[in-house]
Amino acid sequence: MRKAELVIIGGGPAGMAAAVSARQNGIENIVILERDHVLGGILNQCIHNGFGLHTFQEELTGPEYADRYEQKVKELEIEYQLETMVTDISEGTDQKASDLLPGVRCIHVSAVNRTYGFFQIETKAVILAMGCRERPRGALNIPGYRPAGIYSAGTAQRLINVMGYMPGKRVVILGSGDIGLIMARRMTLEGAKVLAVAELMPYSGGLKRNIVQCLEDYDIPLLLSHTVVNIRGKERVEGITLAKVDEKGRPLPGTQIEYECDTLLLSCGLLPENELSKTAGVALQQITGGPAVNDRLETSIPGMFACGNVLHVHDLVDYVSEEASLAGKYAACYIQKAKEEPVEDGTKAKERAAEDGTEAKEEPAKDGTELEAAVTDDTELQIQPENGVRYTVPCSISPDKMADQVVVRFRVGGVYQDRYISVYLGEQRLLHAKRRILTPGKMEQVILKKSFFQSVKPDEAIRIDLEEE
Amino acid sequence: MAEQLENHGKSVEEKRELTCIGCPLGCPLTVELSGGTPVRVMGNTCKKGEEYAIKEVTNPERILTSIVRVTGGSGAVISVKTTAGVPKGCIPQCMKEIHACTVKAPVRIGDILIKNIAGTSADVAATRAME
Ligand SMILES: Cc1cc2nc3c(=O)[nH]c(=O)nc-3n(C[C@H](O)[C@H](O)[C@H](O)COP(=O)(O)OP(=O)(O)OC[C@H]3O[C@@H](n4cnc5c(N)ncnc54)[C@H](O)[C@@H]3O)c2cc1C
Ligand code: SF4
Repeated sequence: MRKAELVIIGGGPAGMAAAVSARQNGIENIVILERDHVLGGILNQCIHNGFGLHTFQEELTGPEYADRYEQKVKELEIEYQLETMVTDISEGTDQKASDLLPGVRCIHVSAVNRTYGFFQIETKAVILAMGCRERPRGALNIPGYRPAGIYSAGTAQRLINVMGYMPGKRVVILGSGDIGLIMARRMTLEGAKVLAVAELMPYSGGLKRNIVQCLEDYDIPLLLSHTVVNIRGKERVEGITLAKVDEKGRPLPGTQIEYECDTLLLSCGLLPENELSKTAGVALQQITGGPAVNDRLETSIPGMFACGNVLHVHDLVDYVSEEASLAGKYAACYIQKAKEEPVEDGTKAKERAAEDGTEAKEEPAKDGTELEAAVTDDTELQIQPENGVRYTVPCSISPDKMADQVVVRFRVGGVYQDRYISVYLGEQRLLHAKRRILTPGKMEQVILKKSFFQSVKPDEAIRIDLEEE
Repeated sequence: MAEQLENHGKSVEEKRELTCIGCPLGCPLTVELSGGTPVRVMGNTCKKGEEYAIKEVTNPERILTSIVRVTGGSGAVISVKTTAGVPKGCIPQCMKEIHACTVKAPVRIGDILIKNIAGTSADVAATRAME
């Protein structure tokens, strides 16, 4: 079986940044597995500008941003295999069989490609960087035919920007997520007439900037609280009926608007791509659908890390790269530490502790179990999202192992004006920051400092919520 | 290109609320105008926000991104961008020129494919490489 220290699944911006950072932190044997025929992930089809302003102080398009990282991967001679689909990840059972890393826990990654067919890699650590995919169109609950001319916004984006194929001439878009907004402009520029963007919710899930530059610039109407109630046409879409909905999302009689069109785009949001994580047994967060990770971006399975859109959907690719660099660094620490301290027995740790002169403190007991508990301080504080905060990434931190600062990112569940984001530890308020406006379309963040958690009681939790004052 | 605001203190006759499109943070901007010229910008996080607000109330510009047909390459089209903002009113003419353009592979990232598009003095550059 092929052996590696680190396998990265997905060669998008997250996978590439994680690989670069792991190499810079001393990991030699890295391999990136990517199912597409190029690196870059979804950025290859995001040809608009607005990427990388914060990383490179320069406004790039998606493909240019991807190219910056691809060049780094090549400079550092990091191995990558394209057109290689990972099919399974499982925890290795036969630890002794590993001669590269004797006596340590390992992970088996199974993949297929044209050169090797089915193959397996035994690795010390894995970084999940599979990105996200579009919500399936089953979300569209309309009886009747499914004529040609209905596309997800991401598929249309790929068809137009990568294949050079225009899917239609008169278009209605359902869903005002960013990809839908961006596609409204793209199709208009390419000569199509975009009649309307309809959004079921009373607010748009997309960024305000995209509403300005993609819809308002081109006088494309945005109909909030509207949905598709009928699709006409058997072979090909011939028309669409939109209607206004009430607070419960039920169409209101007498509010129908008819459109003659040949194309319907669905932009119903993105979901982290976690089929693999699920089969591997990684614990997922219910709300995001992504792995639950701690402040080191490690999942519930030791040695398995995650970053980028596989965790939760990011607005800014810059944040994806930043998070992925951390994942690469923490994976590198994990690998290095595992080399020094095999989990199989505590002998090496004991020797080290003896050398450090810390033996007495760290090893109060003689038997293996207590030894482990003493050497690694495993206290993890859970972060509880409350009162408008839907979820957080990470969802726990370790006061002992955390870096000096940890960025906690989250989304809110509705539109709020003039609220404070507050962070509590037990009853003590750690942070209180005002925001003029909070919307579900925009990711928020707070920075937790290690110094906040000097003295923590065992059952205390961190709470992040929204407050009026 | 960054105009400086030297007319602080003039009476503010009009306020305009904008959203900065410089990056996905989308800072909410307020521009105070006097006699049609901007006198103050508020709400921006970085310098780019101020530049954007001034441009937007005087001569709005956009970076234009699209695709150009390629012959003899590994794909049918290549992504491109204008190397500077083009006035909003010129976008339809720019798109005409982009649609009329075909290039031969190979193309390097940053290659100029159209010079001085629609007389705007911006060029059109490839944002991807193609063999
Ligand atoms: C359709 C779509 C359009 C988007 N448009 C925009 C936009 O316009 N602007 C914006 O800022 N953000 C956009 N995003 C968000 C964008 O994805 C992120 O900013 C960023 O690209 C996330 O990087 P990533 O590396 O986490 O994921 P991705 O870029 O999605 O990369 C994940 C990679 O993993 C690979 N992969 C997945 N599963 C496997 C497997 N089993 N085996 C091997 N490889 C695998 C995929 O092929 C892919 O290359 C879009 C997302 C989608 C899905
Ligand atoms: S002001 Fe700066 S940070 Fe804010 S949206 Fe504009 S470019 Fe981005």
